Amino acid sequence: MEPVAFVVLTALAVVSGVVVITHRNQVIAALSLAANLVAIAGFYLLLQAQFLALLQVIVYAGAIMVLVLFVLMLLNLPDEARRRGGGRMQSGLALVLALAFVGLLALALSRGTAGSSFPASDRFGTVESVGQALFTRFFYAFEAISLLLVVAMIGAVLLAKRRL
Amino acid sequence: MIDWTGIAITLVKLAVVIGALLGGVSVMTLVERRLSAIMQFRWGPNRVGPFGVLQPIADGIKFIMKEEMIPAEAYKPIFILAPALAMITALCAFSVVPFGPTIELFGRTIDLVILDLDGGILFAFAASGLGVYGIVCAGWSSRSKYALMGGLRSSAQMVSYELALSLSVVGVLLASATLRPTVIVEQQAGWFWNWNALGGGQILGFVLFVVAGFAETNRLPFDMPEAESELVAGYHTEYSSMKFAMFFMAEYVAMFTMSSLAVTLFLGGYHPGFPLPLEGLALALVQVATFTVKVFVFMFLFVWVRWTLPRLRYDQLMNLGWKRLLPLALFNVFVTGLLVAFDVI
Amino acid sequence: MSSLNPQWLLLVSAVLFALGVVGVLTRRGAITILMSIEIMLNAANLAFISFARVHDQPDGQIFAFFVMTLAAAEAAVGLAIVIALFRLRESTEVDELNLMRW
Repeated sequence: MEPVAFVVLTALAVVSGVVVITHRNQVIAALSLAANLVAIAGFYLLLQAQFLALLQVIVYAGAIMVLVLFVLMLLNLPDEARRRGGGRMQSGLALVLALAFVGLLALALSRGTAGSSFPASDRFGTVESVGQALFTRFFYAFEAISLLLVVAMIGAVLLAKRRL
Repeated sequence: MIDWTGIAITLVKLAVVIGALLGGVSVMTLVERRLSAIMQFRWGPNRVGPFGVLQPIADGIKFIMKEEMIPAEAYKPIFILAPALAMITALCAFSVVPFGPTIELFGRTIDLVILDLDGGILFAFAASGLGVYGIVCAGWSSRSKYALMGGLRSSAQMVSYELALSLSVVGVLLASATLRPTVIVEQQAGWFWNWNALGGGQILGFVLFVVAGFAETNRLPFDMPEAESELVAGYHTEYSSMKFAMFFMAEYVAMFTMSSLAVTLFLGGYHPGFPLPLEGLALALVQVATFTVKVFVFMFLFVWVRWTLPRLRYDQLMNLGWKRLLPLALFNVFVTGLLVAFDVI
Repeated sequence: MSSLNPQWLLLVSAVLFALGVVGVLTRRGAITILMSIEIMLNAANLAFISFARVHDQPDGQIFAFFVMTLAAAEAAVGLAIVIALFRLRESTEVDELNLMRW
């Protein structure tokens, strides 16, 4: 059952990722990214990280992508034109580099750095275990990131205002 | 290896819940029109069948027989996907609501909830959050000014009130120390003063949840996105026949989900609020009936408020969400945290 | 659970990361570049959580949680910058933003 789910999720994630980086219309790219994020949440569920899967859907797919779609619809942009001039060489080089990157990583993975199977676990990914770690061992980082969110909020409002 | 009986039980539960929800939707179309008529001192639909009870069937036949039109300018794949998205997310959100206790049937223990997740409340919020996409897709793919404006307004409104909604629930989560809806309901067993809204100290959270729930489902007084006099019909202007019916039904299903969540989190779920001398299956039946009655009380509240209050202007709406509900919800979290820390609740 | 191989998941993460890199290098619109960056961040999150599952620790999940929060903050500020630039140049294509003055 799990390999089937894995194959389906991989197909969904890769296809939607390709649509994001190739489609001319930016709104379609944004909707496809939302599908990609839901596929990643499916991966988290497959790994039994339930809390992170739900957070991924709520925060990433449900809030960030809606914000991106909101901005795209407000700006009402035309379809992206093809890059003029030396665009083809740049795209070709990017593709070659990406393939080289994936090949290098596949080579490293084939050396067995990550082990070949997951251990059985019953406490992994529950809200309780993540919450406990977050509020005891990573407490300072938690407080720092809440400060960062406040700063980002103020920054976003100031940057987008018409008149200060 | 594969638990066929378990799968069969889950499928039966799914069929029952989806049937009940869609049946409830068709009942609500009639109830809304009759109640609104009573409140406006007129009759309402009473021709089709005795007291108009066959009106939903007539409505259904009308929707099926109408011509399906897709505007030539519309972006077809997303245009057709949008009502499906709205319906799927609205139905999914209901799957974590416990509509009854654990019962023993044919030697197996069955929980009367489709998904008993560890983070069940988060799942309901995740599914409601994804409901914005149905509206965004509808508004954008219609390629029409009214639809785009309606889609934009609605998505901004839903995202803003999601904050107040989630924060108003945090008080309950603090007091219950769990995210599992079944455990939250069990903690409200017994007499009605155990309910979270009354003795559990979450009265402010309850009020905030109801107000934010109205805004999440785009119901009056927060229905600017589909305002009839301002935006023709908002994001579903260009939709006709069955696709429009899908949006319509999805809105009612979302109302049912919001009511069920309010009942589960704040009003004791399926517990009747006073001890009953029943056991086992009889008690379970009474509890399921209690849950249904409570949810329908909320639906009555939805209809009552819609036909009583005027619509909020869009800037008043956003003002209310960000400047009034959000600080109140934060205050609620703060006070509940203090009460929990000093063992009051 | 153990019918899955961690190496396959990490390979998926690598492929998604490469897709994100190609997107950043190829696309012209500022918002689609931001979206490709989000793909890269998600690929990294997937790798974090896979390794957390291998070692049965919540640390990788906490990292992924922080990355998610950072991505939200970055998306908000990035989109605010794009809106401000759009008001100035009437276009979001990054090739148009090649002058330091106006």
